[in-house]
Amino acid sequence: MTRDSLLLRVTGLSKHYGSRIGCADVSFDLYPGEVMGIVGESGSGKTTLLNCLAGVLPPDSGTVMFDTRTDGLRDTLCMSEPERRMLGRTDWAFVHQHARDGLRMNVSAGGNVGERLMAVGARNYGHIRRAAIDWLDRVEIAEDRIDDRPDRFSGGMQQRLAIARSLVNGPRLVFMDEPTGGLDVSVQARLLDLLRRLVREMGLSAIVVTHDLAVVRLLAHRLMVMKGGHVVEAGLTDQVLDDPQHAYTQLLVSSVLQV
Amino acid sequence: MIDIEDVAKRFVLHTQGGAVIEVMQGASLSVGRGECVALAGASGVGKSTLMRMIYGNYTAQGGRIMVGDVDVASTGPRDILELRRHTLGYVSQFLRVVPRVSTLEVVAEPLRAVGVARNAARARAREMLRRLNIPEPLRVLSPTTFSGGERQRVNIARGFVLDYPALLLDEPTASLDATNRAVVLDLIGAAKARGAAILGIFHDEAVRDQVCDRVVDVSDFVPETSA
Repeated sequence: MTRDSLLLRVTGLSKHYGSRIGCADVSFDLYPGEVMGIVGESGSGKTTLLNCLAGVLPPDSGTVMFDTRTDGLRDTLCMSEPERRMLGRTDWAFVHQHARDGLRMNVSAGGNVGERLMAVGARNYGHIRRAAIDWLDRVEIAEDRIDDRPDRFSGGMQQRLAIARSLVNGPRLVFMDEPTGGLDVSVQARLLDLLRRLVREMGLSAIVVTHDLAVVRLLAHRLMVMKGGHVVEAGLTDQVLDDPQHAYTQLLVSSVLQV
Repeated sequence: MIDIEDVAKRFVLHTQGGAVIEVMQGASLSVGRGECVALAGASGVGKSTLMRMIYGNYTAQGGRIMVGDVDVASTGPRDILELRRHTLGYVSQFLRVVPRVSTLEVVAEPLRAVGVARNAARARAREMLRRLNIPEPLRVLSPTTFSGGERQRVNIARGFVLDYPALLLDEPTASLDATNRAVVLDLIGAAKARGAAILGIFHDEAVRDQVCDRVVDVSDFVPETSA
């Protein structure tokens, strides 16, 4: 991992819904191993931005250059549909706010993980099952639950299973939309610990959208603050949170209830 | 190693009618290798603010803050993170950790971040915690449940587990008993001996006299208008 190998370069990304702004003129660079947090309240455009980055929503303008394994930096927005799908199965992963959106609820836990391996060509049942067991273990799901369907799991377990499913193919970039949202605080802590560990062990980069400032402080190296579709402030996470410059960031930080 | 030149700091409080507070002006100081310098001055004069600016936690409104060959005042997040990983340690008054992570892992983390293998990192963390008298049964627990003095020792262990060339210490002995204070003094002495540049806030005068080579009065940097 060389220091200057850019992983993602986003320039001038904009998305409008009719006359309303989804996100406007967003630009940033991301390097391997970096976690970028995006914060802002509901309607600030952070989920729109994430969806545009991940190719879920087509932006109106801008480029999303990704360092592909075979051809170096390429604009993912100009890729053919099969190319982009392949990217989504290999180098990219998406962790949804609601684990159910990322899981197949009528398929076993092991199947949810194994299916991703099969999508990139794995065929040996023994290998697939072993990899599934290994991943369930990494996200702290007991091996004897491998044949259970996710609808019999708790919310926290479903989210951990969704993470295993997302990461089994060894992606280099993970998009996360409120990954700890809707979970109990104790479950959140467990998930945060897990995410931090995986990021370090796998050298992952991640873009994490959340409204929870405590979560970004612990998870993200860098932070972008969004308001009305615009990035109003960006920088080192602790600097943005401890010495916010923009009026909106100051309001956001000072509005957090102290425990 | 740490060279600060003509640094200014201003807070603009947008949520309070855009009040502008000039807190620092013309701050200059330098700390050489193997040297320990104390920041002095009354409470609220800006000692912690200056430390935070050096760590890149607060922005500076002018001047240069060189740590090694990096200007913290003007460089981007990636270089600051790199600097913090390898060069600049910080023992603060706060301990922010993921609640579920054990004390041993918390202390081993700076070593893991620079690529030290898990077992070696844990062994060094264990040794550091032993020196700071954090007993074995506590090391498997999260420090979030610890007392103030215990947390402070965990913070110190984290700051000294890696041999940083430059160190910032924000009242490292504030809530320690005599035994542990002596351990911290030893750690500071050893860090100086290996050539670390140390800048610290020490309210305990006995501690200051024992480890510090010089004292810089931060009230000299308070802007005229607000003095």
